[in-house]
Order: sequence, then C-alpha cells, then structure tokens
Amino acid sequence: MLSNVRTLWLTFLHLFHRSETVGYPETKPYMAPRYRARIILSRDPDGAERCVSCNLCAAVCPVDCISLQKTEDQGRWYPEYFRINFSRCIFCGLCEEACPTYAIQLTPDYEMSEYERPNLVYEKEDLLISGTGKYPDYNFYRVAGMAVPGKDKGEAEREDPPVDIHGLLP
Amino acid sequence: MATIHIDGQPFAARADTNLLQACLSAGTDLPYFCWHPDLGSVGACRQCAVKQYSGPDDTRGRIVMACMTPVTDGAILSTRDAESLDFRSSVVEWLMTNHPHDCPVCEEGGECHLQDMTVMTGHHARRYRFRKRTHRNQDLGPFVKHEMNRCIACYRCVRFYRDYAGGEDLAAFASHNSVYFGRAESGTLESDFSGNLVEVCPTGVFTDKPFSSRYVRKWDMRGAPSVCVHCAVGCNTILNERDGSLRRVLNRYNGEVNRYFLCDRGRFGTGFVNAASRLRAPLLRASDGSLQATSMAAALALFGEALSTGPVIGIGSPRASLEANFALRTLVGAQNFHLGVSGIEHDLLTLTRDILRVSPARIATLHQAEQADAVLVLGEDVSKTAPRIGLALRQSVRQASFEAAAQARIPLWLDAAVRSLGTDARSPLFQATPAATDLDPIAVANLRLAPEDIARLGFAVAHCIDPASPQVVDLAEAMAGQARAIADALLAATRPLVVSGGQCGSAPVLQAAANIAAALHRTRPETRLMLTVAECNSMGLALLGGEPLDAAMEALEAGMVATVVVLENDLFRRVPQARLLHALARARHVVALDHLASATTQVAELVLPTATFAETDGTLVSHEGRAQRFFQVSFPVAPVQDAWRWLRDGAKAAHRHDLDWQHLDEVIADLCAAHPALTAMRGAAPDAGFRIAGSPIRSETHRFSGRTAIHANVSVRDAKPEANIDGPLSTTMEGYYGEMPAALRPYFWAPSWNSGQSLNKFQDEVGGPLRGGDPGIRLLDGDPVPWRYHDAIPGAFQPRVDALMVLPKGRLIGSEELSDRAPAAKPRIEPAALSVSPAMRQALGATTMLSLTGAVHAVAVVADPAIPEGVALFPAHAHPFPGFADPQWAETAAP
Repeated sequence: MLSNVRTLWLTFLHLFHRSETVGYPETKPYMAPRYRARIILSRDPDGAERCVSCNLCAAVCPVDCISLQKTEDQGRWYPEYFRINFSRCIFCGLCEEACPTYAIQLTPDYEMSEYERPNLVYEKEDLLISGTGKYPDYNFYRVAGMAVPGKDKGEAEREDPPVDIHGLLP
Repeated sequence: MATIHIDGQPFAARADTNLLQACLSAGTDLPYFCWHPDLGSVGACRQCAVKQYSGPDDTRGRIVMACMTPVTDGAILSTRDAESLDFRSSVVEWLMTNHPHDCPVCEEGGECHLQDMTVMTGHHARRYRFRKRTHRNQDLGPFVKHEMNRCIACYRCVRFYRDYAGGEDLAAFASHNSVYFGRAESGTLESDFSGNLVEVCPTGVFTDKPFSSRYVRKWDMRGAPSVCVHCAVGCNTILNERDGSLRRVLNRYNGEVNRYFLCDRGRFGTGFVNAASRLRAPLLRASDGSLQATSMAAALALFGEALSTGPVIGIGSPRASLEANFALRTLVGAQNFHLGVSGIEHDLLTLTRDILRVSPARIATLHQAEQADAVLVLGEDVSKTAPRIGLALRQSVRQASFEAAAQARIPLWLDAAVRSLGTDARSPLFQATPAATDLDPIAVANLRLAPEDIARLGFAVAHCIDPASPQVVDLAEAMAGQARAIADALLAATRPLVVSGGQCGSAPVLQAAANIAAALHRTRPETRLMLTVAECNSMGLALLGGEPLDAAMEALEAGMVATVVVLENDLFRRVPQARLLHALARARHVVALDHLASATTQVAELVLPTATFAETDGTLVSHEGRAQRFFQVSFPVAPVQDAWRWLRDGAKAAHRHDLDWQHLDEVIADLCAAHPALTAMRGAAPDAGFRIAGSPIRSETHRFSGRTAIHANVSVRDAKPEANIDGPLSTTMEGYYGEMPAALRPYFWAPSWNSGQSLNKFQDEVGGPLRGGDPGIRLLDGDPVPWRYHDAIPGAFQPRVDALMVLPKGRLIGSEELSDRAPAAKPRIEPAALSVSPAMRQALGATTMLSLTGAVHAVAVVADPAIPEGVALFPAHAHPFPGFADPQWAETAAP
C-alpha cells in the first residue's frame, strides 16, 4: 500500500522535472565522435583515397556486408568498387578496427533511414568523403615501401635510398 | 627408418632426410623459410632452430638448424624448448627489420609464408626503429611482378630458377643487407617456368601479375581441383574463382605427376575462360548470312531438326572431356563418330595407344622420369610440347651426382653440395631431334636429324641393345657409332627412359622408341617408356575410338552427310582451309559446340555455347593414360552449359530418348558400360553423392567475405547459392574441410598455415604421396602380352632440291589453341619464322613465299645452324598457317 502511494507520488513529481525527450528532428542529440553509425571512406592528408583495397574490412565483417574489388594505378591500389549493404550492417565497427590505413571509419551520423531497401546499398561514391575523418595525419603510403606517384622508393619514413646493386660494398 | 623423439614423442623418420623434414612429416609446426622439399636445404635463414640432446641424460642440449642436421636413430630434440623458441623469435625479428610495411598492398597477404611463420614464432610488435633498406624493382614481363623490398634473402628463387629449372637470367646481386634477386636489367623472364617463383617465394617479392590485375585475397576465392588443359601431361591444378571470373591457377601437388611445379603455359594460359571471345549465347545464321544471337529454345529447335535430318556425323575433340566426346558418340552412333584429329595425328595417336598398351616397358610417370638415370629423347621437343616433361628430364641428369653424393656420404637434401659434386657427374641424356631444344645444354649428345633418320637411329639403337630386334641396313658409319654409344649408355643404366612423341609426325620414330624400350626391358626391368600426345585428352579420344577426321571430310565431300556436329574443335587447325570450306558447304546443317569463337564457329549454321573446363566437370586422360577428373569452379549462367547437356537436349529435341542423363555420374556410368577399357576411369574421383560426415566438401574458405553485398547493386535480396549437381563439392563455405580424397582438395589450408606451404599437412610424408593416394587412375597398365618388334624401318632422308621438309616446331605459347587466346599470354607469343640451315637461309633470303597446307604466304626466314640440310621448321598452328601441324614437303619461292 505504502509503496503504491510512494510510486504515485514520484510519478507526480516528474511533472515538474526537465523533459529528456527532445523534439527530433528540430532538436538533435549530441553524439560522441566515437559513436558507431554511418560508415565513410576517408582520404589521406594529400587528398588521395586512403582505401588500398586490402579486403580486411570485408574479411572481418560478421554479416558479410562489405564487398570490393582491387584495381591499381601506377603502383597505388584502389577499390574499383566498394559496396556496403547497410540493410545488413550491424554497425559493430570491426571494419574500422581491421583497417590498416584508417580509410574506413564509423561516424556519428545515424540518419540513414530509407523507404526502399536497395537505397541502403552504398557504393564508393556514396561512401567517400573529402576529408581525413578522425585521423588527420596518417598516410599509409608514407610508411609503406611501395613506390607510388609522388613518393619514390626510399622516400618513405625511415627508409634508406635504394641500393645500388652494382656497387661492391656490402 | 629411424626413430626420433620430438618433444618427448617418438616418431618414425626416414634416415636419409633431415630433422626439419622429419618434424614436418610428424606434423610438428616448425617454422622455416629457405628449405623447400624439391630444392633441398641451404641453411640460409636460420629459422628452423631446434634443440638437440645428445642422450636421455643430456639436460642442456644444443641448438641445431633442423634443415642442416641429418636424422639419426634415437635423436632427441625439442622444438618447444624456451631457448630455441627465443632463438627463432629473434631470427624472425632480424629478418623483419627491413621488411616493408606493405601487407595491405601485397598480393601475398593472407597466404604469405612469412606472415605465417612470423605469427608462429610469436613476433608481434616491431622494436626496430631505424631505417630500412630499399630496392628498385624490375619489370619482369607479363607474368611475374617484382617487389624487392619484401625480400628476406632465402635464395629459393635463384635455386629454383637457375639450379632446378636451368634458367640463366635471374641471379643474386650485391651482398649483405643489399642482396638483390633479379635480372641484370629489366626484361621478360626467359624461363618457361617463371610462374613457379610466385609459389616458391615465401613472401611477396614475386607475385602473379595477371592475377594482380583482378586481385582478391585467397580466402575470398572459391577453389576447385582441376587438371591442366594445355598439354597432355595432365598436371593437377587448383582453379580460383570469384564473382564468375577465373582469377588464377595454382599448382596442386600430385606426387606422381607435377609435384611442386607447373609450366607458364598451364599457369597463365587460362585467360581464355574470361576472354571477350567467349561465346555466351547460341548463335544462328540469319538470312543475311551473319550470325545472330538467339534463344535457347530456338537454338534447340533447330538443333533437333538438324539431328533429325540424317545422315548425321559427329566430330569430337581432343580438348573436350571424355564425357562430352562420349555424349557426341552416343548421339551420332559409333560409326559416325570421328575423333577430330587429322589423318597423320590420328594414326600416330592409335599407334601410341597400342604401343603403350603392349610395351613390356611400363609407362613412366613424371616423377619416374625425374628418377631415370639415362634418357633418350627421340624426335620430340618435349621442352615445348609438354614443358613439364622437359623440367622432369632436367632433374634426371642429376641421378649420377646422387650416386656420387651417396659414395661421398653427402645427403641428397644438402643441395648445394650435391650440385657442386654434380658438375662433373651427369647422367646421360641423348636427344635426336630436328632442331635445338631447351635441353641441349644438359644433354650428352644432341643429334640433329630428319624424322626418317631419327627413326633409323632408334632402330639401330634397339638392334645394338637386342640383336633380335630388326637391323638397319645401309646405316651410315657415323650413325652406327652414335647408335652404339647411346645403346651402351642406356645399358649402363638401371632405370633407363625412352621419350618420344608424335611431334615430327613419324610412326617409325614411335616404333623405334618402342623397340628400344622393349629391348632394354629384357635386361633392365625398370625401363620406362614415355610417349607424348598432342592435347589434354588426345589419349582419352584414342581409348574412346572413332573414325579419322579424313573419313568425315570424304563423307562430306561425297555429299553423304546432311548434318555435321562439331564438338569444341576448330577444324581449321586440322584441315586445309579450302578443303574444309568446300566440305562443310556440302552439308545441310553445320552445328558447332564451343566455348570460344573460332574460324569453325564462324562458318557454322548454329553455334551452341558450351562451358570451359572451369565451368564443367569431366575426365581427361593424360599421355601416360592417367584418367583424372576436373571439377567446375565457376557456375555459368544459362544458356552456357556443359557440352554433354547440349547434346542431350538436342537429342530430346529430336525426339530421342536414349540420352536422358540428368547428372554427370549417369554419363560416366553409361560410358563405363559402353567402353570396358575405360571402366576404371570411374574411380578417378568420388561421385556426386560423396559425403564426409554427411556434408559435401566446401569449396569456399571459412572466411569467404562479401556474401550479402557482392550482388547487392543488382538485388538487395540474397541470391540463392548455385547448386552443384555434378560433383561432391558444395558451392559455398558450408561443408566439410579436412581429411578427404586428394582428388577433391579444393584449396590447401591448415590452421596456422595459410600459404600453399600447408601442403606438408596433406602428404604422407614431405615429398611423398598425398594422404589417401595421389589422384588419377592409370588406364593403360594391362596384363603383359608377347612383344613383337616393329620392323618397318624407313629409308634414309633424302633432301629434295625443289622443296623443303617443313616440320612443326613447338612453342610455349602460340601453338596450343587455348593458351593462345589468353590475353595475359599474348605478349609471350614468339613471332613465327621459318627456321632453316644457314646455307638455306643464304639461298632463301630474309623472307620467302612458303606454300604450306595449300596456301602461300610470305614468311620470315631465320638461320639455325642445328637444322639438317633439306629440313625446315615452322611453328605449329602459327599465323599465317593455322592448319599446319603435320610435317610436309613445301615449296618456297622468291617474294
């Protein structure tokens, strides 16, 4: 009996509390930067695509909703297509963890609802943004050994110039 | 056998092996890099360190390199001892100091031996913070990509390329940290086996260039066991497919056949499967004379009508499976079935089959050819017609050095030492061919003769070995001496091998080879005979039996044929163009079944698109009579379907009910019932109902990705997986993977072993047969019958003044029909030229008008000092004479 009265009293008091509900979409809640929603593909600080089409995101995806095909231009690897089926995605973030180049990132943008399922299939042009996302400085090819346009052999971080194989010194 | 104790467990090990081999054979995960089962040990990488104890009382032990330490009875070793674990992790850390941060953009990633071994040794975090050495790469041609930064200096590439395969243009340069493996300058790798560098290299220095252009990770590809279709050797391969396109070909170990290596034709010649010239829809000749795509129903209606209009003849194909040829044979009737090979080839093929059936000397497997201690090659340039045999013969000359090593008590796996010793000790290899071959440098004697003289030499050798064999009268003294020398060398051997084939179009050459083998067999019971045939299923066709192609041409020319059905065969490669066009014009219906557009499909009335070897299941019979099943890796969309299904549907459309097969197994059952000689082929692989623990074999790895996205752009709903009704492999990642019959292994993978080096988990012992037996059933090993020597000895070759004897020359790429159509292999097609003796080159000039196969074209002329007078060589099936394959007299004229 007493507890019932107490419950009614507490409920009554809530009439005078500040409301937690916001008037979405006019008011938008704050989402932490690490929130896991819409997936994007970012670019490196030089403005080139970060994704090197290594397939690790696709391999780690528990719902198999990422598919891509490697292609190459002057030594640089790119995805020919990069497709995420968001109608399957569970936003677990494993793709972001697996990505060796910080290309694939989850963002706090959760506004992805669609009326048609096919509209949830995102291609590379839908995924690629023009910035670096959460990791402003990283450039994979600056630490990898491959020669790419604008960075020859021996020009990456902590690299010696290429060996002269006709030299006699060890 | 010795007993060794690994981590406290006793294991039986062969005494002539090293501890690393013994550990791997015992199933232990012991990391290694530089050792390779066929290349031996060099002790370069120091990765396989284990602790060996001198006895049960020894508690300290000492670290030894397992690959450099022989197995001794009672040896006690520990692979998990703390000190050796620490040693190994330090070694891999040193090896990795210069390794670039490349794995995401490396084609080897995910199936990299270096990755596997690094993880296995527990090296997780990089401590080295200094600068890495870098290298510039070279352009090594259309097949192999080069990325030298990744090298860990295991020396496997040069040991394979130079020591094993005899290549000269890849070497180690510089020293210490700077050591570099490449060519003196950028350029196409010359060896015909360069593709093996991709599999031999433990990391990503050498990678598959055509595969890289449509690259996906190993785990994302469906695999299927297959058999190479580019020559008659029948090397076992694994096909990898994703999203409907064939991505690459890998070697599939078969202890008796190809073992660890493939030739470049087999590895890079399969691009025709994805080629734009593939037929994807039925084509029907329209009223304006052009071929127009039509529906399956319309095509079948016409096919049925054509089959109802008799008489019907069928022309089979040596590049189609036994099942497809059998279906055609059943459709048209045995007396109307033609083998689809030209007259000379047909005769040689049946002769080869008959010799192999009755010869007392048994047919050599490729592995036995490697172990032959004296070899005679008669009239066949095997290094080009069947390159993998050339590689095997290259190993055979080492037998003498193995004996010398045994006397010097050097174990055979100590490869560098054995090779140093072997520079002077070489087993004899004799070649009697019309022109130089790739094996010349390792042969004791190279005799350059016309086909008739090769046969006479062969008969003379046989007579020297066994006087009961027919004698060659009026033999030139020089040749008699050569015959004596060859006979003596063969008699001095215990495992002599005679190799021949139909390349120079001469039956006496084959008969001479058979005589020699039979003569040797009297005193050398381990004598082997190896006769090559032209195409991947030539021997299967010979066993199936049928009329020669010439009979089909004659029947067509006589107007006795209403309908001709051509199965996967470009007849313009076999019959002179004018004759063929005339003959086909007399038939009311010409129906061609093929997967590639060809000159024959261009003149057909109805073209039905069939499936390539990657898209159908079937059986091929190799030159040694080994029936091997290949399985489909790709599932083409209708109307492309298996050739036998088209033929069945055609029969149904013609209201016939005797070809009502639903599954391949039903075709095989009928085939075995109709052909007692082929009954054993049923055992080449388990049938479609085969299950392990109730499951089919899975053809995709457990990590296959992208299932719900790959076709989401077409439909967001999940597509139903393809059904495989003809074979025991599932089409998805669902199913069984583990111990299974070797003929079904769709990919090599074992826990911790993602690279192809996981193979050692599937062999009885390292380098031994696959567990459960090597795949393939030999069909020609019958009961011995009394042997009679062949005695049709030809007269000596007489050069003519008015004409040249033009013989077909083999080419790695460009003479075989299918590899010819692979885009990646195109740059490797050598330009066709007429090779003649220097004197003849002088007489003919730089170009000449050559009349061959009834046509006259200008061809370039090159001098080859090895070619005998009166003889010339021109590449078989080369432009502008696609129909040239049989030797013929040809006239030349000034252009």
